[in-house]
Amino acid sequence: MNIHYEFPLEEVGYSFGFLDEYAKKEVRRTILKAICIPGYQTPYASREMPMGRGFGTGGLQLTLALIGPDDTLKVIDQGSDDSVNAVNLRQFVQLTCPGVGVTEKLEEATLIQSRHRIPEVALTEAQVLVLQVPYPDPLVVVESSEARRKIMHAEADYSRLLVKLYEDIVHFDEITISHRYPTRINRHYVIDPSPIPRWDVPKLDQSPALILLGAGREKKIYAVPPYSVAEPLVFDDVPFRVEDFRDEHGQRRACARCGAINSFLDEYSDDNNAKIYQCSDSAYCDGQLAQHQQREVKG
Amino acid sequence: MSNRILEVRGLSRIYGHGCPLCVESTGPENDTNICPHCSSVVAVHGVSFDLFRGEILGIIGESGSGKSSTVKMLYFDDAPTEGEAIFFDNGERHELFQRNAAQQRSLRNKRFGMVYQNPHLGLNFQVSAGGNIAERMLMSDVAHYGEIRRRAQELLLRTEVLPERMDQNPKTFSGGMQQRVQIAKALVTRPPLLFLDEVTTGLDLSVQAAILDLILEIQQELDTAMIVVTHDLGVIRLLAGRTLVMKYGRVIEAGLTDQILEDPQHAYTQRLVASNL
Repeated sequence: MNIHYEFPLEEVGYSFGFLDEYAKKEVRRTILKAICIPGYQTPYASREMPMGRGFGTGGLQLTLALIGPDDTLKVIDQGSDDSVNAVNLRQFVQLTCPGVGVTEKLEEATLIQSRHRIPEVALTEAQVLVLQVPYPDPLVVVESSEARRKIMHAEADYSRLLVKLYEDIVHFDEITISHRYPTRINRHYVIDPSPIPRWDVPKLDQSPALILLGAGREKKIYAVPPYSVAEPLVFDDVPFRVEDFRDEHGQRRACARCGAINSFLDEYSDDNNAKIYQCSDSAYCDGQLAQHQQREVKG
Repeated sequence: MSNRILEVRGLSRIYGHGCPLCVESTGPENDTNICPHCSSVVAVHGVSFDLFRGEILGIIGESGSGKSSTVKMLYFDDAPTEGEAIFFDNGERHELFQRNAAQQRSLRNKRFGMVYQNPHLGLNFQVSAGGNIAERMLMSDVAHYGEIRRRAQELLLRTEVLPERMDQNPKTFSGGMQQRVQIAKALVTRPPLLFLDEVTTGLDLSVQAAILDLILEIQQELDTAMIVVTHDLGVIRLLAGRTLVMKYGRVIEAGLTDQILEDPQHAYTQRLVASNL
């Protein structure tokens, strides 16, 4: 590599955004490899970013390697467009990638960077979802040696993960994993699908959009290519179950704001310390609310 | 057709870089297994034997004679310096040391069983007794929770572990019970070949007797071939039809167990038998 190389002025537009061309090239090559081997944790030289590890540096590097002036970016943090992490990342991309559009509307976005959630509305083939990942390897809970974990992945030996699920059923009568549910991609590699809740795991299966997962601190990128098979790890006779949000009377809880009964809900306490539930996906909740208001106006 | 299940030829293991004089400078006649020229340890040299379906072969010798090292190599816990071992299974011939690591692990998980002297080597103390058995079944691609529970319960009953203790961690079990869980774990895949490395060492006499009876019953019931490593002549007398006597890494005497115990030929075996009987 010639470190003194400088792009000619007329080609400066090619080196778009925050990352230099060499970094983008390396990350893009890693993305291609990750797509070719669905679910395989592809190592890459994760760069130092102007924020601490753990604040989404892996996802941000993927976004910055992919984004171009004609892209529209949506950034979500635990379903919300307005939380600190989402706002900061969005502002950083706006600052360093001139001309990039940002939006809170899912249908307008071409690139979606998310922490801990997959949007409620189904993604399209024209979209790419980038997930920020803290711990990429699902086997880390059962095997501390990375060398042995690599062998286990290569041989698709996930028996020890299944033993963990077995122990859960024995002791608690159900699998207690609430997020980071181990999911097998294209019948080989099991991934840690970032800390998305169980609710979102079925959305990985046959997703029309490319899903990229980036772990900055752990220096790994992996992918769920479009229309891949994504199966949560389960026993043949114990089916996978998502959160059902039922109250003590067996009724499905509704969003206190938009009334939705088919979305992932966050639990809050109101001024009287009573529990209330609201859609985790703020853009979806806004959309539902707008539809209600339109119907009311028409009615 | 021969009912041979295992053929071992010229198995050797040298710890250290070795030298051309290692083999001739060690062995029973030199009264050492440490090479005086390069300090390498000739743990096993030139071990050859055949094992037949449903047979129990005993390997006896003092500490450091190479009996456990022999079994560890056959179970892929260690790699030999030279030699070959052929495992005959369902009409297939597996050259054990020519297989790649993945194939070796597959054989080890599905077709072999091992019971170690130290339960910490054979059991996972992070999970329940049932979980330990489940792990072996899951490695063999059985992923039906109900089936795993049923089989684990059946095996623990068979090995005289109380079913109500199935969901308890084996670290709360006695030594004898831990060994019985290890045996249940080793048997869950119905392996045609089982290795038992000093299974009764350190247990009291009544527990020893119960475990030996259990091994004998299982061998007769499942027709499992076994290699039993021990330094206890009583265990050999009770279990093994044929016996190898090892000293300083070499087999110094081999034959029918009764013949070896009643009419030992080698001076070391004579001393061994005389000291025990």
